[in-house]
Amino acid sequence: MIDILLQGVLLGGYYALLAVGLAFLYSIMGIINLAHGSFAVLAAYLVLAMADSLGINVWLAVLAVLPIMAVIGALVDRLIFEPVQKGGQLLSVLATFGLSVVIDNLIFQIWGANTRTLANALGDLAWASWEIGGLWVGKISVYILLTAVGLLTGLTLLIARTPLGRAIRATATDPDTAGLVGVDARRARTIASALAFVAIGVAGAALGMRTTFTPYAGVTQLLFAFQAAVIGGSTSVRGTLFGGIVLGLAQTLGATIHTQGFLIGGHLVFFAALFLRLQFGTLRLPKLRRAAA
Amino acid sequence: MSLSSPFSSASTEFAHMADTPTPAYRVRRWTPRAKITVLLFAVAVAALALAPAVTGAAFMDRAVALFVYILLAVTWNALAGYAGQVSVGQQGFFGLGAYVTIRLSDAGLPVFPSLVVAALVVGAIALPVSFVMLRLKEGEFAIGMWVLATLFHLLVNLDPLIQGETGVSLIALNAVPAETRNLVIYLMALVSAVAVISAMFLLLRSRIGAALQAIRDDEAAAHSVGVNVFRTKQVIFVFAAFGAALAGALWLAGNVSFQPKAYFSVQWMAYTIFMVIVGGIGTFEGAILGAIVFFLLETFLGGYGVWYLLVLGASAIVMALGFPQGIWGYLKSRHGLSLVMVGRHLEAPETKKSGKGSGWSADG
Repeated sequence: MIDILLQGVLLGGYYALLAVGLAFLYSIMGIINLAHGSFAVLAAYLVLAMADSLGINVWLAVLAVLPIMAVIGALVDRLIFEPVQKGGQLLSVLATFGLSVVIDNLIFQIWGANTRTLANALGDLAWASWEIGGLWVGKISVYILLTAVGLLTGLTLLIARTPLGRAIRATATDPDTAGLVGVDARRARTIASALAFVAIGVAGAALGMRTTFTPYAGVTQLLFAFQAAVIGGSTSVRGTLFGGIVLGLAQTLGATIHTQGFLIGGHLVFFAALFLRLQFGTLRLPKLRRAAA
Repeated sequence: MSLSSPFSSASTEFAHMADTPTPAYRVRRWTPRAKITVLLFAVAVAALALAPAVTGAAFMDRAVALFVYILLAVTWNALAGYAGQVSVGQQGFFGLGAYVTIRLSDAGLPVFPSLVVAALVVGAIALPVSFVMLRLKEGEFAIGMWVLATLFHLLVNLDPLIQGETGVSLIALNAVPAETRNLVIYLMALVSAVAVISAMFLLLRSRIGAALQAIRDDEAAAHSVGVNVFRTKQVIFVFAAFGAALAGALWLAGNVSFQPKAYFSVQWMAYTIFMVIVGGIGTFEGAILGAIVFFLLETFLGGYGVWYLLVLGASAIVMALGFPQGIWGYLKSRHGLSLVMVGRHLEAPETKKSGKGSGWSADG
């Protein structure tokens, strides 16, 4: 039982990491990026391609991919998020969904249908584990959980304490007024988008290290990210961590009850959380700006 | 087509009216063109109904696909374009429609009635679901529906009859001779498409339609003038679920085998969204036009596989960014073209000519 709880919490760390980018973008622009999961999978493929073709260490490959993700994030902001926001939510849902279809099929076209993983590139670390009181804990899962905590803390501090964070918060609250008081709202948005995509890149690398992925894995990753964000749906970034862990626990418990219970457990907890939120409060993804205020 | 600015003509009518002691406004619900359209539509349907006499099984097979696309596009357009609820989870109802058909047929219901009963059952399931889902807004509703669709998929996989992803066939169809089968499925698909188009037409012309078009244009304003926004959306949600389920049941009838993965695939949403965006979201004619465009593209380019999907996704982005009103929306705003009268034209007295999509119309 303790083993199940432990595995659930560790899995939750990954979901928290996955949800950060989605929740961050939503809190800044009010856009739910339906291509979120596809970009995470794209990042995993990019890391793999770097490690394979350049023959470099996988950690270096991750470091090289993160700036690429930042550039992609900035481009997507200028080319899609910004124009689409004027047309309202409807268009942003449609455009980002179209984007996910494009990216999934592009990945398929470039890298083929094979199941891939970064585990081979990790060497011993892929299966290395610690023994704690008779329980085996995979090192990589622990690293992922720690990365999630670190990333969440870092983003929270960045938003709360730095001039850039202030500019992003101001833009999120009211871009026009932010512009009036000398904040370059456009620049702040683009940087926020780039940051979100760096987080997506980290999540993608984590995905590749802890398990396998295929060109169309983005759909599942998007749903997990969304579920973690909604379950956590409190007004703090820590909510994402909480939501991720609840989701991880629900899935792990579901899997012990029934062979197909892994996903069903997660979905049921998601809908339960949704129902509770609708009964007892407004349903919103975590709002970073309020957390920081 | 002559294009007089609707506003200038309206203002002259006003000036004229000042002399008239008792101006009697009329609400016009038909234009000559709209009547001709309905007539042509009836002729086309009659021709399609008689077509099997001169065409073969291949024609009927493809036509069933077209009718399924029309069902998906028209009902999704009702939900997203009119009720403003962009669902990315209609494949859940599509798959359920097929699944319930299998279940009903397995329980002994004759195979063809079970297609329709299945859609009704799914519509009934959608009603309680709507109470929770419709309280979600925008992107949250979109992904929430997606999660719901995957939950349906997983639950269906639990049924031993389905044998997981291996799937099962609608074996009752084998008892029907192939020729009868093709003909009945073709006619059922045709009738379904015509029924859903007509239902949409009547719905839009009813009080609900007026409420719906008000919600589409401004939800808060609609609420402020007494429109029951939630109830109206519920009607459309159930209608859209019914339409998707009927599409799924007919698809099953045409393809016989039920593999959950294929039916609960989000690909259906990619197709549907493409159809409606290209045709013109929030316009009655646009959804049908989009379904036809998609059908033609698929017929001629479907063989290109992944590249074809890439183009579909890319064009959804391009249309959403640069051309959000779609083909029909463009024609309508540019040329005042409107073939079907789903709104109301308010006319000043002594108007000789009716405006085509004039500034006075509450047009859909």
